[in-house]
Amino acid sequence: MKNKKNLFENSIHAIFLILGLITVASVILISLYLIFAGLPAISKIGLKEFLFGSEWASTREDPKFGILPFILTSVYGTSGAIVIGVPIGFFTAVYLAKEARPAVKRVTISAVNLLAGIPSVVYGLVGMLVLVPAIRKAFGIPDGAGLLAAILVLTVMILPSIIKVSLTSLEAVPKEYEDGSLALGASPTETYFRISVPAAKSGITASIVLGVGRGIGEAMAVMMVSGNAPNMPALFRSVRFLTTAVASEMSYSSGLQRQALFSIALVLFLFIMMINAILNYFMKKDKVD
Amino acid sequence: MNVFSIENMNLWYGESHALKDINLDIEEKSITALIGPSGCGKSTFIKSLNRMNDLIPNVKIEGNIKYKGHDIYSPDVDVNELRREIGMVFQKPNPFPMSIYDNVAYGPRTHGIRSKAMLDEIVEKSLQNAAIWDEVKDRLKKSALGLSGGQQQRLCIARALAVEPRVLLMDEPTSALDPISTAKVEELAVELKNNYSIIMVTHNMQQAARISDYTAFFFLGELIEMSNTDLLFSKPSDKRTEDYITGRFG
Repeated sequence: MKNKKNLFENSIHAIFLILGLITVASVILISLYLIFAGLPAISKIGLKEFLFGSEWASTREDPKFGILPFILTSVYGTSGAIVIGVPIGFFTAVYLAKEARPAVKRVTISAVNLLAGIPSVVYGLVGMLVLVPAIRKAFGIPDGAGLLAAILVLTVMILPSIIKVSLTSLEAVPKEYEDGSLALGASPTETYFRISVPAAKSGITASIVLGVGRGIGEAMAVMMVSGNAPNMPALFRSVRFLTTAVASEMSYSSGLQRQALFSIALVLFLFIMMINAILNYFMKKDKVD
Repeated sequence: MNVFSIENMNLWYGESHALKDINLDIEEKSITALIGPSGCGKSTFIKSLNRMNDLIPNVKIEGNIKYKGHDIYSPDVDVNELRREIGMVFQKPNPFPMSIYDNVAYGPRTHGIRSKAMLDEIVEKSLQNAAIWDEVKDRLKKSALGLSGGQQQRLCIARALAVEPRVLLMDEPTSALDPISTAKVEELAVELKNNYSIIMVTHNMQQAARISDYTAFFFLGELIEMSNTDLLFSKPSDKRTEDYITGRFG
């Protein structure tokens, strides 16, 4: 009787362990695969030539595999989205946490959740059909697809994570702090910005890092609005991101070109890893505080 | 001189009638203790005096609360200015998550003082008046959250004093503290009444008897009686007061 029960407990335990290990194994497998698949092209092309080469011409007779345009486009695109999106998202979060009436708050939060759930191909589609022509007309350029359109689409896409994570950490600020400030005669606005926001600082920072991660990893939506030509980035120029560089050539690539695409994926992976490390740092800091 | 005079005050939380027809005068530069069993309305009452009840939705207040002859709920009152004059110390010590120095300097900075020398002076004076200067003077730049509960509460008193209030509202300021810290805060309150009018909610009748000049007994939202502390504890005029102070309930 007793042994039977133990056997049951142990097998359940083992099943849970195996299920848990699937996640860990996937991460390890993907990391190893990317490293092994990504390194050969880098060693053939040369690390410096690969990372800092400013020309990408993978299908030419004499091919060039410089991914600096992609790296810069990804960095500029994400930074642009952060520069525009963080103030909007941050102030929205402060408003929702501290000022909004319950009904307004409920509606806004549902809208934010919905925004987070929209598939990125839909963002791309709307960007393609509405934003790109609008940019073309507004600035009088032949084609509206380019870095600016990508930045604007990314901005909207990162808003939900910035708003939600900032909101959660603002709402976690103990009410006692705010009461203490108000009781000293500080106005509500002073209280938000001198007490609540500093107390929620690490959560707000984490939300920004999360936004960076979302921005740098996005492929479909930016591919549809960025023009997708491997140029050095400029606001109105057609550009290609790290993600879209992999996605757009993978289906017909072969040989060194295909290997180079894996190397791009590896670079992207390292970026994301770095962002995760930063995120973990802030999350941990939050707990310590 | 009365610092507060309250006439026919009623307060509702939504439907519930939390304070009923309160009439009460509070003498300046003295300690007034508010006693009564939990839920009797004494904390609600004290929070009406600096309008912290404004922050709670669905509160309705009727009647007159006059601070120095002026109705604090009249529309021309600047709530922030009012709260600066009527400081508050909370039940649970609530230092801000910043340095000891910044905690005390928070109020003065809010009210426009920028000069480092002036802030230094205010911080030192306030911490001295709150009898905690000697314990913290070597670690002013350290986080206030590293202090003990009793030290945190005295820091909160210092923080309240730093904006030079006239009145200090204390909502069970020692209920979260150990006996030694409690004694220190009590001693401090007696010291402070020379310059400030203190209104203190307390659960502890010995505390009220020890340090207050006047005591008001609240029960079920009503003010049952208020008088000289010695008188209230030796010859209560209402049966309910007598029952409460002799420990028959509460």
